[in-house]
Amino acid sequence: MANADCIILMGGNMAEAHPVGFQWVTEAKARGARVIHIDPRFTRTSAVADRHIAIRAGSDVVLLGGLVNHVLTHDLYFREYVVAYTNAATLLGEDFRDTEDLGGLFSGFDPRTGDYDPSTWAYAHPDGRVESTGGEEHGASASARAAGDQHGSGGPALEHSTVLRDDTLQNPRTVFQVLRRHFSRYTPEMVRDMCGITLEEFEYLARSVTENSGRERTTCFGYATGWTQHTLGVQFIRTAAILQLLLGNVGRPGGGIMALRGHASIQGSTDIPTLFNLLPGYLPMPSAGLHDTLADYLEEVASPTQKGFWAYADTYTISLLKAWFGDAATADNDWAYDYLPRLNGPHGTYQTAMDMLADKVEGYFVLGQNPAVGSANGRQQRMAMSHLKWLVVRDLNLIESATWWKDGPEIASGELRTEDIGTEVFFLPAATHVEKAGSFTQTQRLLQWRHQAVEPPGQAESELDFFHELGRRIRERLAGSTDERDRPLLDLTWDYPLDEHGKPDPEAVLSEINGYHVTGPDAGRNLSSYTEMKADGSTACGCWIYTGVYAEGHNLAARRVPNGGAGIAQTEWGWAWPADRRILYNRASADPQGRPWSERKKYVWWDEQAGRWTGSDVPDFPVDRAPDARPDPDLGGAEALAGDDPFIMQSDGKGWLFAPTGLVDGPLPAHYEPQESPVRNALYPQQQAPARVLFPREDNLGAPSADEPGADVYPYVFTTYRLTEHHTAGGMSRWSPVLAELQPEMFCEVSPQLAAERGLETGGWATIVSPRSAIEARVLVTDRMRPLRINGREVHQVGLPYHWGVGTDAVVSGDAANDLLGVALDPNTQIQESKVASCDVVAGRRPHGEALLRLVRDYQLRAGATVGTDSARITDPARETVEPDPGDDEQGSVWHTRW
Amino acid sequence: MGQLSGPTDPTADAGWPADRPRKGFFTDTSICIGCKACEVACKQWNDNPRDGDLELTGMSYDNTVSLGASTWRHVAFVEQGAEQIAQARRSGRALVDLGMPTVRSAAPSPAPAPAGGTPPDVAPVDTTPPDTPEFRWLMASDVCKHCTHAGCLDVCPTGALFRTEFGTVVIQPDVCNGCGTCVAGCPFGVVERRSDGTAAPTTREGQRKGEQPPVPKRGVAQKCTLCYDRLLDDEIPACAKTCPTTSIKFGDREDLVAVARERVAELHAQGMTEARLYGANDRDGVGGTGSVFLLLDEPEVYGLPPDPRVCTTDLPEMFRRATMAGVGMLAGAAIAFLAGCR
Repeated sequence: MANADCIILMGGNMAEAHPVGFQWVTEAKARGARVIHIDPRFTRTSAVADRHIAIRAGSDVVLLGGLVNHVLTHDLYFREYVVAYTNAATLLGEDFRDTEDLGGLFSGFDPRTGDYDPSTWAYAHPDGRVESTGGEEHGASASARAAGDQHGSGGPALEHSTVLRDDTLQNPRTVFQVLRRHFSRYTPEMVRDMCGITLEEFEYLARSVTENSGRERTTCFGYATGWTQHTLGVQFIRTAAILQLLLGNVGRPGGGIMALRGHASIQGSTDIPTLFNLLPGYLPMPSAGLHDTLADYLEEVASPTQKGFWAYADTYTISLLKAWFGDAATADNDWAYDYLPRLNGPHGTYQTAMDMLADKVEGYFVLGQNPAVGSANGRQQRMAMSHLKWLVVRDLNLIESATWWKDGPEIASGELRTEDIGTEVFFLPAATHVEKAGSFTQTQRLLQWRHQAVEPPGQAESELDFFHELGRRIRERLAGSTDERDRPLLDLTWDYPLDEHGKPDPEAVLSEINGYHVTGPDAGRNLSSYTEMKADGSTACGCWIYTGVYAEGHNLAARRVPNGGAGIAQTEWGWAWPADRRILYNRASADPQGRPWSERKKYVWWDEQAGRWTGSDVPDFPVDRAPDARPDPDLGGAEALAGDDPFIMQSDGKGWLFAPTGLVDGPLPAHYEPQESPVRNALYPQQQAPARVLFPREDNLGAPSADEPGADVYPYVFTTYRLTEHHTAGGMSRWSPVLAELQPEMFCEVSPQLAAERGLETGGWATIVSPRSAIEARVLVTDRMRPLRINGREVHQVGLPYHWGVGTDAVVSGDAANDLLGVALDPNTQIQESKVASCDVVAGRRPHGEALLRLVRDYQLRAGATVGTDSARITDPARETVEPDPGDDEQGSVWHTRW
Repeated sequence: MGQLSGPTDPTADAGWPADRPRKGFFTDTSICIGCKACEVACKQWNDNPRDGDLELTGMSYDNTVSLGASTWRHVAFVEQGAEQIAQARRSGRALVDLGMPTVRSAAPSPAPAPAGGTPPDVAPVDTTPPDTPEFRWLMASDVCKHCTHAGCLDVCPTGALFRTEFGTVVIQPDVCNGCGTCVAGCPFGVVERRSDGTAAPTTREGQRKGEQPPVPKRGVAQKCTLCYDRLLDDEIPACAKTCPTTSIKFGDREDLVAVARERVAELHAQGMTEARLYGANDRDGVGGTGSVFLLLDEPEVYGLPPDPRVCTTDLPEMFRRATMAGVGMLAGAAIAFLAGCR
């Protein structure tokens, strides 16, 4: 980021929520970079940016699509880069139909299920048939395992990498022409009408981005949950990815799209996942029925005849099984593949909560999160936990998720009575980050080792100690069991070396994650690179993308040379996955002939004399593959990568402007309004994202959208966010007096105009009402919020930080903003839409007890909110075409329940 | 014996070996992101309790309000519209036109070069004056100024305050008797006794629940020590250490002032004529401060006095007048005596 010439911060509030990482923006700015912040609110990020551009929450695809259209229509794209490194020249199959053809839908939509069948999105096949896209999986099952976020370290599988190309980009079936047509309606005027951004602001933004892209310059994007937490969050990021690829800003210093992660190791917890749908290193969790054998599974992960390093997924998977099950994993039992659990549906946090309400879940571990405050529709979460038999909360403090049964909002409203709750709640104190050793993986995929500074107080212990001990006790209890069901637990390798206190050594875990040789002359030696892994059981590895962090037994994550050493890549600080590469796909920092695009942006290049790639970073490419090499694509794997295929984890070696597979809600981004919105979608007849995940339930009612009757009952848009002073749901900050005093009370931020409309004043109280709940907050009236003109009418936005919760143990408490949110999810990731919803605001404090429930109910009745509200898959069947016809009669059925 | 006003080296004046450079802060508010990490790091390192009543003040994002006995770093938040910004730009430009010492001294040091002199890997600075934005949000971390002529130190009757070898001013809580003279002696309102202004112990320790260590050092005067204990161990002050954007810089005051002047010149070159220094002028009412600030508006906007003046500045004059008065009275008495004798 420090090397960027222009930084666009959008869908995030970097200075406030990522202040430490913001040092790189500050540095870029000191070197002369232009920084633009695009956000519904003027925040602390805006305060130090060159310019703030206010945007209506949830309209980001319109703005980014407008930029894509601007770049295409004014021929401002980086042609040489686009032709050589992206799939712009690739031809699509004949059957693909765009939103332009079908009134806002892509081909393959099934309105009965709300799923896409992606088979028509495929590349054209050289012999005329349509490329099969890695199995025939239907959108429903792909969404059920949140398949979209299983590509955290590279793209999805294609059967192989032979494609048809038109390097002139003229063929109407090239991705380039499809893109041009698709984005043609994203005009500056559309941006003005849908985002509330003036033509002048758009022009400034477009000029800033395009003038700071190309050979000599690079532009970088940074985003956070303002992009991800939407029903089409993945498509927000896709739009930015398309723009950055068109401008040649990927794989180069100062380019890219930075996912600003919200906690110290949120990146780490997707790499080595705490997610239901992933195994370490972005290997998917197997699904029942789809992946019954290891062969089925491996075929799904990657075809051996596709290009790039996913083709060796068998070595990664079998090494993982060897790391977990040791000697019990043999060739004869498919390396204990059957020990892995199978998915039989979506088991995300929201579906799990609803399963609790249906009494399908008995016990629940809550670790490092506070769902009673931090999850959307908090009431639903708390009611769900009241159905459990047991609940374990491990945290630093007695968070609201551990105390809802005695002092939660439902106790106050009379919906729950403590004596009626059968849930047995265990609170286990946890060690803080300074009380345990381990690694954090941050935004840049950098692993940074943390040494233990002090012993944890009292009974507090680290996650490692806790789970090690839990595993030890369970295995002790199961010892001697002959039940097949217990074999996976008993066969787990659970033999970490213990220190004098009987605690496992964290570095031993890192060593296992890194991987080692199991047999052969090097047995016991750590692996240096994932390319050393074998599929014959001779290597073990806990997470293939982390291989090398513990090469030769050295903890490279613990490197701490000040400023990372002399080079631009700061290679002597920590360790970056994969293979210590600081910039991914850095082959793209050189031109197709292997020369730097410019002296100024020189990074990795081809050294003709040495016959190798060299430069400031570890080349993200087969190091001796010459730029002009054109191996047979059918070789498969890294061997098939041509010298100009920089995107080595993509199955065709190219950056994907168009995603022929891998996404469940469309191969290109299209703007749809949020689940709840006072605005009619002006782009397409389709109002909401057709493939979004819905939960039409009485405890999850929605506000009527756009011009539907009752929409004026909840006339305002609200958005939720974090403040620097607090940490997410408050578990780490509201119990700290010196942090609590900095932002002591829940508040809402409103514009002077809205304040006048509703009689609000700074320091006074406001009640914010949604179809789920009503909360109270102190009021800050500020010019940092301003109404936007959308489609000719004024739209007010209300800002709500979400750090407070109702309880009695914290230094400060207050109503929780997330109680206002409903649950509607992005089908790619199962992430909730928590950055935009509808509400009403009235002056004064909220009622208490039963009166609060009555208030919420009255609003629902006035708005006519039912389980059918906002639940239609197709907004206007008369103007939208479903193609191909799914061949059944129930077309256009409303509020179909997916799960 | 040190001087009472004007430029001087306070470390040497205090009798420390003359070769010790004076330490200080340069707080560049133009890159402050208002994260308040300095406030928190300061409280943690110095074991200062929370203060305030845990209620939203409504003053933008500022809920600690001012420097005080327990808050030794304080971040101010100021929201401004276009008119105030234009005014700030005008007043800043006027400072240049008037040739105020802070900016005039910047002239000899080469202004950061526009396009021509830039190293190849550095983007050229855009020198077109920016449009006056419609809105801005100023953030500034305030701290004890560690004045060249420190009123608090000079008026302390017990010797609890002393000038350190780093040129900073530190209170020894075990010597302080809580008389409060220094509170009135500080022209910036920085020093505060940990009390509510009466003889009673303070009630400002938070009225609500929450684990809170017992409030230490009740009744005695408190303020920033510029982390004297850390400096003795060759560590930099906690606030500077934690500041993520280097808005708070620590170092030798002479170097910092030079950096500060360059930065002002750089901002002016970019059209941000509202930038000006505070505390860098050795001829101001306190002989310059150890903590120097780059501000983007008049000091009053941030709650800083525009023309701070140490009470001891007037001592020579007061002594002169008192002496004259005394002499006059003696003379009068003598005359009266002589006249009476006659």
